[in-house]
Amino acid sequence: MVQEGGTAEGLSLPRFALSTRTAGRWGDQLFRLLTRASALALLLIVSGMVVVMVRAAFPSIKAFGWWFLFTSTWDPVAQHFGALPLIYGTIVSSLLALLIAVPLGIGAAVFLSELAPAWISPAISFLIELLAAVPSVVYGLWGIFVLAPWLRTQVQPALGSALGFLPLFQGPPYGVGMLAAGLILAIMVVPFIIAVSREVLLAVPDTQREAALALGATRWETTRLAVLRYARSGLIGAVLLGLGRALGETMAVTMVIGNRAEISASLFAPGYTMASMIANEFAEATSDLYLSALIEVGLLLFVVTVIVNALARLLVWSVGGAVKEVRE
Amino acid sequence: MKAGFRRGVNAMMACLTAFAAFLVILPLLLILAFLVYQGASAVNLDFFTQLPKPVGEPGGGMANAIVGTLTLIGLASCLGLPLGILGGIYLAESRDRRLPWMIRFLADVLNGVPSIVIGIFAYTIVVLPMRHFSALAGGFALAVIMLPIVLRTTEELVRLVPASLREAALALGIPEWKVILRVVLPTARAGIITGVMVSVARIAGETAPLLFTAFGNRFWHHGLLQPIAALPLQIFAYAIAPYDDWHRQAWAGALVLIMMIFLSSLVARIVTRGRYSGLR
Amino acid sequence: MADGIIVRQLNAWFGALHVLRDIDMAIDPGAVTAIIGPSGCGKSTFIRCLNRMHEVVPGARAQGQVLLNGDDLYGPGVDPVQIRRRIGMVFQKPNPFPTMSVFDNVAAGLRLDGVRNHAHLDEWVERALRHAALWGEVKDQLGKSGASLSGGQQQRLCIARALAVRPEVLLMDEPCSALDPIATAKIEELIVELKKDLTIVIVTHNMQQAARVSEATAFFLLGELVEFDKTPRIFTNPRDKRTEDYITGRFG
Repeated sequence: MVQEGGTAEGLSLPRFALSTRTAGRWGDQLFRLLTRASALALLLIVSGMVVVMVRAAFPSIKAFGWWFLFTSTWDPVAQHFGALPLIYGTIVSSLLALLIAVPLGIGAAVFLSELAPAWISPAISFLIELLAAVPSVVYGLWGIFVLAPWLRTQVQPALGSALGFLPLFQGPPYGVGMLAAGLILAIMVVPFIIAVSREVLLAVPDTQREAALALGATRWETTRLAVLRYARSGLIGAVLLGLGRALGETMAVTMVIGNRAEISASLFAPGYTMASMIANEFAEATSDLYLSALIEVGLLLFVVTVIVNALARLLVWSVGGAVKEVRE
Repeated sequence: MKAGFRRGVNAMMACLTAFAAFLVILPLLLILAFLVYQGASAVNLDFFTQLPKPVGEPGGGMANAIVGTLTLIGLASCLGLPLGILGGIYLAESRDRRLPWMIRFLADVLNGVPSIVIGIFAYTIVVLPMRHFSALAGGFALAVIMLPIVLRTTEELVRLVPASLREAALALGIPEWKVILRVVLPTARAGIITGVMVSVARIAGETAPLLFTAFGNRFWHHGLLQPIAALPLQIFAYAIAPYDDWHRQAWAGALVLIMMIFLSSLVARIVTRGRYSGLR
Repeated sequence: MADGIIVRQLNAWFGALHVLRDIDMAIDPGAVTAIIGPSGCGKSTFIRCLNRMHEVVPGARAQGQVLLNGDDLYGPGVDPVQIRRRIGMVFQKPNPFPTMSVFDNVAAGLRLDGVRNHAHLDEWVERALRHAALWGEVKDQLGKSGASLSGGQQQRLCIARALAVRPEVLLMDEPCSALDPIATAKIEELIVELKKDLTIVIVTHNMQQAARVSEATAFFLLGELVEFDKTPRIFTNPRDKRTEDYITGRFG
């Protein structure tokens, strides 16, 4: 990190030093104003977002109150809106995604940072960065035309016959539905979990690894004893970050989840998430209350993702000061 | 013996985690393979030069969507870049106590907000007063998405410029603001360009916020106050439609979009690799 | 009982950099051997070769013979992991596992070996802590985190951790350089006690310390073993001029 204005002689130069020339002083003032204003713009935007959305959602909040979160009907005609199926769909698809992405992601991160031979790591990391750069809509495209048909013709029939006694795997194999959404979310979230986990693992000091190795631990035992335990809270943060991503994912989910606002126990059934409902219905909302309800859903999404992300960052920072902000 | 068992566990865990890494990459390879396989056949000159044809007629292209995406990126940059770079300079240079901390925190918060929520924000701020969808609204939404990325990258890069460089210039009597503009920024230029390219790659693929701001357009847009086509929007619209020809074009569009994104990431990498040595 | 180590033609590299050249040494069992020399002379590299920790660093390798009671540690098919059970190591900066209690830290090596019986663990942890002269100070706080102890206590905890698995040799890489004089004195006392049961090799940049605790001293310079002799001899009547220069403070 750059020192705050220290010179070789130990003199400390103040940041915005006074200039003797008038033009310089004006220039400095103006510049300082400009930069501060730009930074404040961010403040304005975020607070503006909250204010504007609360105001726009207010009619809906007033009309439905807390029941909004617990009612299942989403009826534009009767002007009655309840977000429960959306909340359910969001939670289930995200949890399913994490169930798959967390073991794979942390496993891959452990492989890349602790167990892999030196030449493999950069190559695979590069590929994972590419994964992170693929836009949601392209994932969705692949989901509709490759993943969903595969689920419909191969996976779901197999699961249905083998494990059909579980309510999870009952019902007709549509291909699109909660399972497809969970899978695609998992694929999209895994690169972020890997990236953050790797940073966290790298922040564990080498002296810890040496201590374990000197006791006669194998590479894996060293990882288990000295690294994973030390990095535990940071890894949980990585998982939460993945959750934050999954909650807000819109396009890919919209394209494969079936878009039906129903609650079902089966993973084969179509569903709806908060983000995908907004995506599908916003442009066509026919009444003000309808729009307001959709914005309330958006507000809900906003609040939840902010909380999850804030918690995540706190946990990630707690493992060694070396892990700075997470670049996405 | 015990030792052999432990060696075995070690080897097994190495294999398991390697398998995890392989599983993670597999979808990427599959997706890229399909993109090329399905999309390459539909990408031709027509694709880049023609407008979409009406339903039922084969052929046509996504010329307006490609131009639209570029336009939206340009619009977003007009707002996002100056605010982001100047704000980043503020965060790196200012001596204020609490404001920078709060700004950084808010930037991280904004980074994590789902892009569709940002779309709602742009809708209420731009579309509602104007009473119709527009390129401006889309550009605004994308600018808000790009802002935190440019902000944080610029801050990091400006911090990296050594203090000695600054002081040498200040000691010559050059006013602070000129030092920043003429000495600090050019040194950090490569890194800032990287940050810009990274944010461009990110917003080029954004669809959700455009759904009800830019809205999409089957024809050329007439001015920035009208709805405008965008590549990801077009891909989405074609993908969920029931026509095979449109599906093929969706793949082609996806291929072009990915190429654009990978290209800007690549440019960012090349620029940094060569120029970063100046900062050591 | 303790074993001696015979080193023959040991060479070590970091990539292309040749950092240890043709080291030949016989380390006596049941005694303390000190390794001294200026920074960068290869003393840490040397002891890390003894328990094959050197090769853990990517690009590092070592070649030669290191005989522990007749077994060549660099022989074909030898598992480095097994060696480190017979040769323990304590590091410059104390590094207890912060997420584990004092008890779990000491028991770590035992658990790796598969010891599950609580009674055995209790007994062996207490024995190791007594051996490391730490039992009295922590016996009521075995559940506290390993990182909650003072610097000197942490280092003795690390020694206890290493001793718990009953190694034949204990390597110490500048174990006192991060500690205050009182803690240092305690550890030096401990070393004198420990050598009754173990072979100890200690790297130190503190010549007075070497003179105080060791029976034999080796002087390394630029990757070579310049002189190796009984400690009193090295410090009063060194054979090599370079040794004399170092000891009298003319460099390093």
